Amino acid sequence: MNNDRINGIFNKYQGQAGSLIRVMMEIQEEEHWLSREILVKISEKLEVPLSRVLRIATYYKSFSVTPKGRHEIQICTGTACHIRGAQSVLDTVQDLIGIKPGETDLDQKFSLETVNCQGSCTCGPMIKIDQVTQSRLSSAQIADLLKKYD
Amino acid sequence: MSEIILQIDGKEVTASEGMTVLEAAQQAGITIPTLCHHEKLDPYGGCRFCTVEAEVRGWTNFVAACLYPVANNLVVKTRSEKLNRIRKMILELLLAHAPDAFDLQDLAKEYGAKKDRFEKEASFCIHCGLCVRYCAEVKKKNAITFVDKGKTREISFIPEIASKECWSCKECFPLCPTEALQAAYVLVQALAFPSLESTPAE
Amino acid sequence: MTRINSAAELEELRQGILSKKDPDKPSIAICAGLSCLGLGNGTIISAFKEEINKQSLESKIDIVTTGCHGFCEKGPIVVINPEEICYLEVKPEDVPEIISQTVIEKKVIDRLVYTDPNSGEKATHMAEIPFYKNQMRVLLGNNSKINPKCIDDYLMIGGYSALAKALFEMSPVQVLEEVKIANLRGRGGGGFPAGRKWETTRNAPNEEKYVIVNAHEGEPGAYMDRALFQANPHSVLEGLIIGAYAIGSHQGFIYTRHDTPELRKNLDIALAQAEEYGLLGENILGSGFNFKVEVHFDVGIFVSGESSALMRSIEGKAPEPKPKYIRTSVNGIWDRPSNLNNVETWANVPQIISKGSEWYNSIGTDRSKGTKLISLSGHVCNSTIVEVPMGTSLKEIVYDFGGGIPNGKRLKAIHLGGPMGGTIPESLIDNPLDFDVLAKLGASMGAGDILVMDEGTCLVELARYFIDFLSGESCGKCVPCREGIRQMQNILTNMTKGKGREGDIELMEELAEVMGAAALCSLGRSVQNPLLSMLRYFRDEFEAHVKEKRCPAHSCKEAAIEGV
Repeated sequence: MNNDRINGIFNKYQGQAGSLIRVMMEIQEEEHWLSREILVKISEKLEVPLSRVLRIATYYKSFSVTPKGRHEIQICTGTACHIRGAQSVLDTVQDLIGIKPGETDLDQKFSLETVNCQGSCTCGPMIKIDQVTQSRLSSAQIADLLKKYD
Repeated sequence: MSEIILQIDGKEVTASEGMTVLEAAQQAGITIPTLCHHEKLDPYGGCRFCTVEAEVRGWTNFVAACLYPVANNLVVKTRSEKLNRIRKMILELLLAHAPDAFDLQDLAKEYGAKKDRFEKEASFCIHCGLCVRYCAEVKKKNAITFVDKGKTREISFIPEIASKECWSCKECFPLCPTEALQAAYVLVQALAFPSLESTPAE
Repeated sequence: MTRINSAAELEELRQGILSKKDPDKPSIAICAGLSCLGLGNGTIISAFKEEINKQSLESKIDIVTTGCHGFCEKGPIVVINPEEICYLEVKPEDVPEIISQTVIEKKVIDRLVYTDPNSGEKATHMAEIPFYKNQMRVLLGNNSKINPKCIDDYLMIGGYSALAKALFEMSPVQVLEEVKIANLRGRGGGGFPAGRKWETTRNAPNEEKYVIVNAHEGEPGAYMDRALFQANPHSVLEGLIIGAYAIGSHQGFIYTRHDTPELRKNLDIALAQAEEYGLLGENILGSGFNFKVEVHFDVGIFVSGESSALMRSIEGKAPEPKPKYIRTSVNGIWDRPSNLNNVETWANVPQIISKGSEWYNSIGTDRSKGTKLISLSGHVCNSTIVEVPMGTSLKEIVYDFGGGIPNGKRLKAIHLGGPMGGTIPESLIDNPLDFDVLAKLGASMGAGDILVMDEGTCLVELARYFIDFLSGESCGKCVPCREGIRQMQNILTNMTKGKGREGDIELMEELAEVMGAAALCSLGRSVQNPLLSMLRYFRDEFEAHVKEKRCPAHSCKEAAIEGV
């Protein structure tokens, strides 16, 4: 955990209950997940009941209460990608790395998640690895691509 | 506070400003059935069982009586064929989770709701939120909350708080219309504060 | 940057920017919209920078990364100015040739220009390509001309002159009246008259009022708002400030998705630059009007685009909808009057103020005025964003702009408005783009997203997909929505697996009636719309799944008992 950065975020929003979602977002972006320790700390620093912090942490898709792998794979399941074969991309990736959406593999190499329309429907079926968009890939191309990560 | 006159089921009803249709009806002795309502708690509007027809300037809307504010010239119907269909369906949807809950069984008889219209998913919780709201609004402890969303939404005790507060309280237990609350509590107790089980509160 | 203190100073600044600009200096506009980004424009941008560096041409050629040009299917798109030569599907290896041949020698590279797939005719300039020529690009037209990170570019094309006009030549009520007379209807889905909504908030009895840009854009397949906001953030901001002035609000909010970093960056820069120039903050342009803006983010749930849920989120609470027995325009954020419009609606405002309501009323149909942004996706040759006048036929959109259906297949249906919208069959696509016509057909304009489906698409499967999507994107508070979605999902999943039971269709119709009447918010009350429209036009397809365990589109593999 990068304490300086996290403390910086807390100092910026100390006691501002209305900034709860913003604070959680900034920490998620920094740490890639929200540990129990962090959630308790957010509750204290922002003076918000822990119940509300937990409620919001589990409400939004982009917050994770479990650690993420080194590489985050996001598969768009928006309508356009769906009818252009997102399911088969998802099946291929699941077969190759052995985890389902929302999971992280045992080596903490990959995390897999499905995401809503990313606004690049032309690229469908679309897959993002570590925020880099990959367009219109075949199953074989996906296999080759995933080999490049360690 | 100014007086408001409205009509409920053909009867002229007097209410005061700021009241809900449910309160006005209760005051006039008219029953509107509810599931998630509790007089000690803020209105919630989650179960939709108290849905009524509200006519304003010729337009009819289906609204939750527990939340809808009274207004002059409002015409409310608490019973109609469509309202019966709505309440029957709500019961059938909930019976898929908690088929043996007494409150639901009684109402099911009244509305002719069947237990087995939908695929069973015995989670027992009907999401009335009575426990969550009681803990937050009356006890001000926030030891239990809703987590997740959509169809995976559920109630969850927060071990950090529950281990300190719940053992000596448990006031939410009798509010629960099903067995779900007890189950959730037993689970968190077993997992998060097992030691307390052998040391009852003083 | 220095603060601008009057309308005259704004004009002076604009003239200054224009006079410094050499109209003959070559500049290369590279699209950095979300699709071009996905198609690898990053490598194109670095290739141009490298080549210019190699030839030491930095002082002679400008590179401008712009927002979306709309013709996403043919990306990455590069436009060479001032000639407006448009190159499509550019690859890094084309870059040295573009510099030496086109930028320096002024020669067109034939293989990179647009070729009509039917006639084989070529079109070199952006304005000659039929895709662009046949649109009416009131809101999008400047996307390829400006750098969204540079407020001077926006000022150069006349930006913020509508704001100056509103502040110095019109009273707030006059601005409000102009928008009302223009018949601007909300572009977010409801089509509610914006002017009337503004008026409600203006007249609501509370001194503190808020204005909000809904840039949530959660409908899958809708990406026009992100494209517009990212490419031209000031056009939206200018509309918001004008609206705030008309309504009497001094605090605005922008609510957008956290997962579009390019948009976030452009927005942050735009707000900072506008503030430095004194276009935001205290005493805007010296007029005495104060207005500031805060940005808030959705962190991943569809229901937070619903207006009351969105406002809860801005308050820092879980975005659970609140029943709107008192409208949010009267009782919104922190129970104060709050006027919410989406990105496209706000972007129309400076146009209406500059050009007048009469001009605006000359575009469109009887009751749907102005242009509409449409994002096309699915089984269509061009997945694109287009801007057309209201009243354009759906057929024109699918065939003339979308280029028709790929792989020689037949059009089956189009779906408008995402998970709360509706599907209409091919036989009805001669109908015009019009709020009321579409509503009568059981579809809805939605945000303007059109999903095109070929004959191989199974509508039972699509109905299942939308319900599946909503099962994780609704809040789960009220019984009709949470449990109704759960059971519809069970039923539809069974149908696609050949396990549908007699009576299932009728049971879903019963569920739909209850959800439509009794659910808490507008999401819960509209969830069943796609299904109902599909049952209206394609009931036989659902019946085939239930009664014959057959998928007429041959898409549900488990259901299909081929040859039986």
